[in-house]
Amino acid sequence: MLEINATKLYYRDLNAMIREAVAKGEKEIVVKGVNGQYYIGDGLVGSSMITIEGVPGNDLAAFMDGPVIRIKGNGQDNICNTMNSGKVIIEGNAGDVLGYGMRGGKLFIRGSVGYRVAIHMKGTKKQSPTIVVGGTAGDFFGEYMAGGVLILLGLDAEEGASLAGDYLGTGMHGGLIYVRGEVDPNLCGAEVGIGELDDEDMAMLRETLTEYCKDMSLSLDDVMKKGFKKLYPASLRPYGNLYAY
Amino acid sequence: MNHNYQKDISGCGLTGLISKKRRRVSGSTIVKSLCLMNDRGNGLGAGYAAYGIYPEFKDFYAFHIMYDDASVRFSAEEYLKSNYHIEKIEEIPTSPVKAIPISPLLMRYFVSPLKDRLVGETKPDDFVVNTVMKVNSEIEGAYIFSSGKNMGAFKGVGNPADIAEFFRIEEYEGYTWTAHTRFPTNTPGWWGGAHPFTLLDWSIVHNGEISSYGINKRYLEMYGYKLTLLTDTEVAAYMLDLLIRRHGLSISTACQALAAPFWKNIDSKEADEAEALTALRQIYGSALLNGPFSILFGHANGLVGINDRIKLRPLVAATKDDVVYMASEESAIRAICPSPEKVWSPRAGEPVVVELSGC
Repeated sequence: MLEINATKLYYRDLNAMIREAVAKGEKEIVVKGVNGQYYIGDGLVGSSMITIEGVPGNDLAAFMDGPVIRIKGNGQDNICNTMNSGKVIIEGNAGDVLGYGMRGGKLFIRGSVGYRVAIHMKGTKKQSPTIVVGGTAGDFFGEYMAGGVLILLGLDAEEGASLAGDYLGTGMHGGLIYVRGEVDPNLCGAEVGIGELDDEDMAMLRETLTEYCKDMSLSLDDVMKKGFKKLYPASLRPYGNLYAY
Repeated sequence: MNHNYQKDISGCGLTGLISKKRRRVSGSTIVKSLCLMNDRGNGLGAGYAAYGIYPEFKDFYAFHIMYDDASVRFSAEEYLKSNYHIEKIEEIPTSPVKAIPISPLLMRYFVSPLKDRLVGETKPDDFVVNTVMKVNSEIEGAYIFSSGKNMGAFKGVGNPADIAEFFRIEEYEGYTWTAHTRFPTNTPGWWGGAHPFTLLDWSIVHNGEISSYGINKRYLEMYGYKLTLLTDTEVAAYMLDLLIRRHGLSISTACQALAAPFWKNIDSKEADEAEALTALRQIYGSALLNGPFSILFGHANGLVGINDRIKLRPLVAATKDDVVYMASEESAIRAICPSPEKVWSPRAGEPVVVELSGC
């Protein structure tokens, strides 16, 4: 195990140290005293486990392909931009524009997230990204979503409070959003259908949340006590006819 | 993969703090917070505003003036002398900084309007606003960049640490601070264009672009404001002066004019509130700030943070004891307050309004 003290380290120096360690085959890295260093884990390949103590700066895990990063605090903005595979676990809250164009891997957040989370997240036949938010989300959650799975739990939300903000799934044309509780149709774009979960949905949800609860030390039974609603794209090609006539 | 590719990271950075109990905090605190976000700017502008820094002159307007050339000083001072009692004239103390080889001449004046110049109903604040507009638009190369009481703005072309060292920010103590590092996108990086923008005791730091600048500018010009600083943020400072000081709107109502709720959200409100919000949008349509922004504005009695209506720029807030912090990044707050009691992201268009306790 490699331990790095990031106190007062400039982000370029810190990231060079992490990349060098991963290149040398280091499987477990603990970075202490992080505060605001940008770009941690960007483009990083392999299977290392990186633990971050503190609040890392913006653009963590962009284009990441394989490693697991656990943040023992809050995250900032733009985490998991176009990530390909691997996992990011955030024990606190996180900011805006998480999982932008994310194309694989997992992003688990224990707390709440800001605006524009999972915009244009996408999946292919071979791989599909997953984001689980333990708290609530701001506006534009899953906007222009093209693939993958988004799960919103609202674990500590007040009874009756909306878990998502406005423009929920607006422009969605692929993927699925699961919300634990009721969904106000007024928040959703015209492209969004709201429905009940079938057995296939339940099996997938249970599998994903088993992993999430293990990572977050939560009880799966507690999380599953409440019912979910499923949001799906009403049309796979909502604008297919836009320029056709 | 080539990791040696170097890119400038775009996006301004802002930070601010306020001690509700008016405990004065050293400038070194806000400098430390801003410097954490050094990479958000590109060295083409940084600045600080502080409240409570001139207690010995608190009844005088503190004019900070930058002169492009020492010769301009004479005509500006002639004008000031014929309109103001000048309690004190001094150069703003600066330290030589290698990275700032050239700077304007920077002077500070503690003044009060001459009684016989306040004709009719003219209030001292209006008189000062007129002076700022006149000097900035008519005296070529002279800019009053700070004009409030017991507060001051310090700004220039440089990165946060250099501008702080240049203006000796750590020597000031204030109960409210705002600070900004700039990445100019649409307008020139020059001394007058650095943030904060101020008028009387209003001071603004801003991350984003006010795309409604033209509409806002023409609207303000109808009320006698002259926009001379070549940067969109200037409209926000004058708009607050117009809406709050001159039109008497409350801070939260003014914020609803600047970042008005969308019509669909107004329609979903109760009838009374919907009517009030509709009236506000109709009357103050030209005050609406369109485009992405996060803004901190300081004033004599408090600090306000506000985002545009769909949160296109970051803003994080935190509290610890009697201090409220707001910044573009949480880490900039934690750099000076490692264990805040509460950290949250304000929602779009919903201002965080913090008021100082009584004098």
